[in-house]
Amino acid sequence: MLAFIAARVLQAIPVLLIVGLISFALFAYVGDPVLIMLGQDYTAAQRVALEHKLGLDQPFLVQYAQYLWAILHGDFGISYRLARPVGALFVERLPATLELAFTASVFALVVGLPLGVYTGIWRDSWLSRVAMTVSLIGVSLPTFLIGILLILIFAVKLEWLPSFGRGDVVHIGFWTTGFLTLSGLKALVLPAITLGLFQMTLIMRLVRSEMLEVLRTDYIKFARARGISERGIHFGHALKNTLVPVITIVGLQLGAIIAFSLVTETVFQWPGMGLLLVQSINVGDIPVMSAYLMLIAVVFVTINLIVDLLYFAVDPRLRMTRMAAAR
Amino acid sequence: MSLLEVSGLVVEFPTRRGVLRALDGVSLSIAPGEVLGVVGESGAGKSLTGAAVIGLLEPPGRIAAGEIRLAGERIDRLRPAKMRAIRGRRIGAIFQDPLTTLDPLYTVGRQLTETMQAHLRLTDSEARARAIGWLQEVGIPAAADRLDAYPHEFSGGMRQRVVIALALCAEPQLVIADEPTTALDVSIQAQIIALLRRLASGHGTAVMLITHDMGVIAETADRVAVMYAGRVAEVGPVREVVHHPAHPYTDGLMASIPSLEHRSVRLRQIDGSMPRPGALPPGCPFNPRCPKVFARCLTEQPDLLPAGATQAACWLHDPRSVAQTQALHA
Amino acid sequence: MSDASALEVQAASAATGTLGRLQRAWDSDLAYSFRHSPVAVVSAIIAFVCVASAWGAPWIAPHNPFDLASLDLMAGDQPPAFLSGGTWTYPLGTDNQARDVLSAILYGARISILVGVTAIVFALTVGIVVGLVAGYLGGWVDAALMRLADVQLTFPSILVALLIDGIIKTALPRNLADAVQIYVLIFAIGIARWPQFARTVRGSTLVERGRDYVLAAQVIGLSTPRIMVTHVLPNVLGPVLVLATLNLGLAILDEATLSFLGVGLPSTEPSLGTLIRVGNDYILSGEWWVVIFPGFALVMMVLSVNLLGDWLRDALNPRLR
Repeated sequence: MLAFIAARVLQAIPVLLIVGLISFALFAYVGDPVLIMLGQDYTAAQRVALEHKLGLDQPFLVQYAQYLWAILHGDFGISYRLARPVGALFVERLPATLELAFTASVFALVVGLPLGVYTGIWRDSWLSRVAMTVSLIGVSLPTFLIGILLILIFAVKLEWLPSFGRGDVVHIGFWTTGFLTLSGLKALVLPAITLGLFQMTLIMRLVRSEMLEVLRTDYIKFARARGISERGIHFGHALKNTLVPVITIVGLQLGAIIAFSLVTETVFQWPGMGLLLVQSINVGDIPVMSAYLMLIAVVFVTINLIVDLLYFAVDPRLRMTRMAAAR
Repeated sequence: MSLLEVSGLVVEFPTRRGVLRALDGVSLSIAPGEVLGVVGESGAGKSLTGAAVIGLLEPPGRIAAGEIRLAGERIDRLRPAKMRAIRGRRIGAIFQDPLTTLDPLYTVGRQLTETMQAHLRLTDSEARARAIGWLQEVGIPAAADRLDAYPHEFSGGMRQRVVIALALCAEPQLVIADEPTTALDVSIQAQIIALLRRLASGHGTAVMLITHDMGVIAETADRVAVMYAGRVAEVGPVREVVHHPAHPYTDGLMASIPSLEHRSVRLRQIDGSMPRPGALPPGCPFNPRCPKVFARCLTEQPDLLPAGATQAACWLHDPRSVAQTQALHA
Repeated sequence: MSDASALEVQAASAATGTLGRLQRAWDSDLAYSFRHSPVAVVSAIIAFVCVASAWGAPWIAPHNPFDLASLDLMAGDQPPAFLSGGTWTYPLGTDNQARDVLSAILYGARISILVGVTAIVFALTVGIVVGLVAGYLGGWVDAALMRLADVQLTFPSILVALLIDGIIKTALPRNLADAVQIYVLIFAIGIARWPQFARTVRGSTLVERGRDYVLAAQVIGLSTPRIMVTHVLPNVLGPVLVLATLNLGLAILDEATLSFLGVGLPSTEPSLGTLIRVGNDYILSGEWWVVIFPGFALVMMVLSVNLLGDWLRDALNPRLR
């Protein structure tokens, strides 16, 4: 088990180094920090001084090493646009994104899983047909459009829910939470649905198609031949076998949620990491962009590792083969 | 009275090209405790017959005509709940590939106990004890330990033994074994067949042994039904069918089996191939390939007729034709 | 099937020439499945209408929203014709700069489709080449290329596209950026989507490579590239084309999303996503038509492509027949 984890972590390191290189190359060569920080008018002397201060006159490898060293210490540089340390900016904005992503995932799972199981078992009922049609439209609707529509209906026309921002938040240590205030919760509803809707339809269709595949297998046929009840077949054998591949995909979808939060945060002006990135790209704020790149590389590698571990824990067939392979 | 009585079974598949008749009037019977072999080429309808009997025809296939009776009662038109009560408890099944037949995520013990508890009133510990007993009976060593093992932890032959235990653990009167040894090593095949035979006779269970391997039938079955193009061509006691085949198809089959005793220069074969369900010729389905064909074969389809010690669906055995053929071949 | 129609089919199959081939195509399983699936037919019609009207935008659009001289500022902020205050000159209303929404949609759809299709073609090309090479040559080439694909696949495509787009945009001097934006966008989306195609093609290539006809071709002495292109490629195209259809809708959505975020097409050459971004600023003041109609057009396009892709995948799936 430990050998397995160690092996995966070792595999991840080259990936992180390469992303780090790209990140750094961005940092060093793209855009002109002097231009952004000093504006249009500056003297040659000012440029030299600033370049020296920022360490831009050192050789490439030295700068790369300094960059990696800084990152390991949590120093991601200074945002050109906001003139604040990027690390501090991230810490400030992370809770907003994480709370949103979490709520959206819960929504997607709680609605998508049961719907998927239902449409897989009773595939010809009217509810199934309705659900499938709605899901097809859901997959064709871009996230931003869903957000805009929800805002139009619930915020503009009905005025039930706010159309932007996070509402009131409570500070607990370095974390800010919107779960503890009414306005915070109200502000969470529309963005969470927007972000989660795509995932929900994906989960529903995935669970359904897995269910249909599993119900066609020989072991289900054999279970029927043994006279096992429909309930035992559907919610015992079929469900268990369906969940195994679904877990992997759902885990990987966490990554997609983080990606799409970019769009949702933009639509709802949600003060999270996504909005920060979009604003930074529009302005050319390289330190934020390259720090974000490193951060998501770490996040995705970690997510993949956790999903692998989960898969490992759930499917007994894998335990033996994986452990043998890791030796 | 026979345990299983299938009469005139017709199974159809509606497709976009029209309705395909996969089984065209199959009739056979199995006595209690008897082993009936069902042989034939791929596509002859052997597995379909087994599936129809146990009520597991895959849609859109359906029984269009005929009757299936178990101990006198009709079972082909039962409601799903009633059929479910029969499956496992009165009719069991063994399928071909033991790897895909067992749920990979359930332990062997769990699959056994769930089967027994679906049909018999047992407490958990009783079911567990019986499960261990069954594993021992099918020859799994260290049965008590293996109870909590997963299917992939067994070898192919062991897995099929587990499948046999699963098929028999609710004590059915009839077991349908569909190609139980085809996916196994040749060395294991004999063991599994012997096991099946021993258990069946020990528990008084009848067996419908479906296979394309004539050797297995000759060793194990009491009676054999030879199927061709969705119908039964010949049925009778094994010795008779093998040594004195009454249907030209059976004759061709027996002759094509290479013999260890006689040396031959060429392998004998039956020319042509079996017709597909949508492309049956009029009259007897075997007539394009039959060496003894005559006029009547081309127009009328024969039912099973008495032919000495067996029954054969062949006009050669209609007393009226005997005179005709004698005249033809004289 | 009755004997009469069976004979007809036989006769048709034997016929040579275009008529015979058309007849055979019409009778083929795929065409049959298409004719009998109302969803496939309807979505094909919708997709056709969308593409045709977008392609014909310069001829059928009532106004040219980008000809600044033709704009009548007094006509700005008009609601659609069926609401009070609207006229049929501007059937779907105008935005705050007096641009006709209907015309803007037609031109915008044109760009959206163009970018989407080109990006997918680009991704397909890269993916097929990489997949063929990796699958055929095997060894470390295969391992390296697939590792690359896998690493990229751990990140969602939209993120990859966004980052590539953003980086290039930031790296280019300001005046150049707008002009080449459409190429940058196509490149970014294409690069984001090649790994899936590469993996599929590689998988199929591995299977085909072991087959006898490849061995035979090698024995005859055909060169490796020749074998890959003329023998293996036609056999691996099937599943990857289904994947391409399913990805086309996603590529169009990618472009719309990037434009909405501000890193896609600029408002001087707007796609549907750009139109929605621009219109988004006005929904709070009640001018919903600038956002809803382009949004509806976008959804119709993507939905019809998705439905067609779904039908194609089910029709070609041997297990579902």
